[in-house]
Amino acid sequence: MAQSYKIGVIGDSLTVNGFKALGLDTYACPTVDNARRALRTMAQENYAIVYITEQLAAEMTADIARYKDSVTPAVILIPGSAGSLGIGKNSLREAVERAVGGADIL
Amino acid sequence: MASTAVNPTRMELTRLKKRLVTARRGHKLLKDKRDELMRQFFDIVRRNRELRAKVEEGLTQAYAGMKVASAVMSSDFLEQALLYPSQSVSLTMDSRNIMSVQTPVYHFQRENDNKGGIFPYGYAQTSGELDDAIAAFSDIFEEMLELAQIEKTMQLMAQEIERTRRRVNALEYVMIPDMEESIRYITMKLDENERSNTVRLMKVKDMVLNEAHNYETY
Repeated sequence: MAQSYKIGVIGDSLTVNGFKALGLDTYACPTVDNARRALRTMAQENYAIVYITEQLAAEMTADIARYKDSVTPAVILIPGSAGSLGIGKNSLREAVERAVGGADIL
Repeated sequence: MASTAVNPTRMELTRLKKRLVTARRGHKLLKDKRDELMRQFFDIVRRNRELRAKVEEGLTQAYAGMKVASAVMSSDFLEQALLYPSQSVSLTMDSRNIMSVQTPVYHFQRENDNKGGIFPYGYAQTSGELDDAIAAFSDIFEEMLELAQIEKTMQLMAQEIERTRRRVNALEYVMIPDMEESIRYITMKLDENERSNTVRLMKVKDMVLNEAHNYETY
């Protein structure tokens, strides 16, 4: 299990710049289409975590939902440079609803 | 109902009773599993909530710093400064077993190939604001990794809970009642057969007695 995995970041160029300095693989995607393609290629390679900005994620929920049940990659929403949209927090609620069966009990 | 499809035989009855016992035991076990999963799930949800708030706040600050930096510096220099990162992150993954859900555990290692710390550039052409912004990103990164781990765990557990809940409900509201119904049906049928057999025997006995001795029993 000592395989090494990669971490990717998808977002607009301003967001991505900061992560680039940390040594993450960044993909600056100006459009949702680019992001969609980037996510797909990343899922096929050995990316364990893909951070994606909420701004882009809002338009591609179906693509993200596809990876929800597999162990890799973990697609994690982060706020973009334009600020948080609350979608990341929403995914928390969705998970709870899914587990409990309808009602949001928190 | 399934009861119409079963053969009312003693063998079928024994088989069904055995299955019912198994189903009941399975139901109990699955219910326990679901409850325990739920308990752990909510711990994780709570942790996730905290982490997410922390990460979002940290990132917002880091972005703000980045924006300031990009305002102070020319965008060309900024691009250039960040073009080649001095550190890389290698990530390995173990899996942890929570109630038979395989969840990832990430271990990461930062590899730094220059002594200038986390900054991939010389200080001559960059501003101090950029340093601050990069430092902010670096600080929040560990939490971001933990968030990824927790969030993935949460998603995987939510899936497992959903599945377990469905199975519990299927057993509780479909399988077990169906089997009970079938068992009742077979028992009734067998009892009924038994009774009609008795009546038939009594009848035959009467007829035989009547023929032999001219008894009038009724």
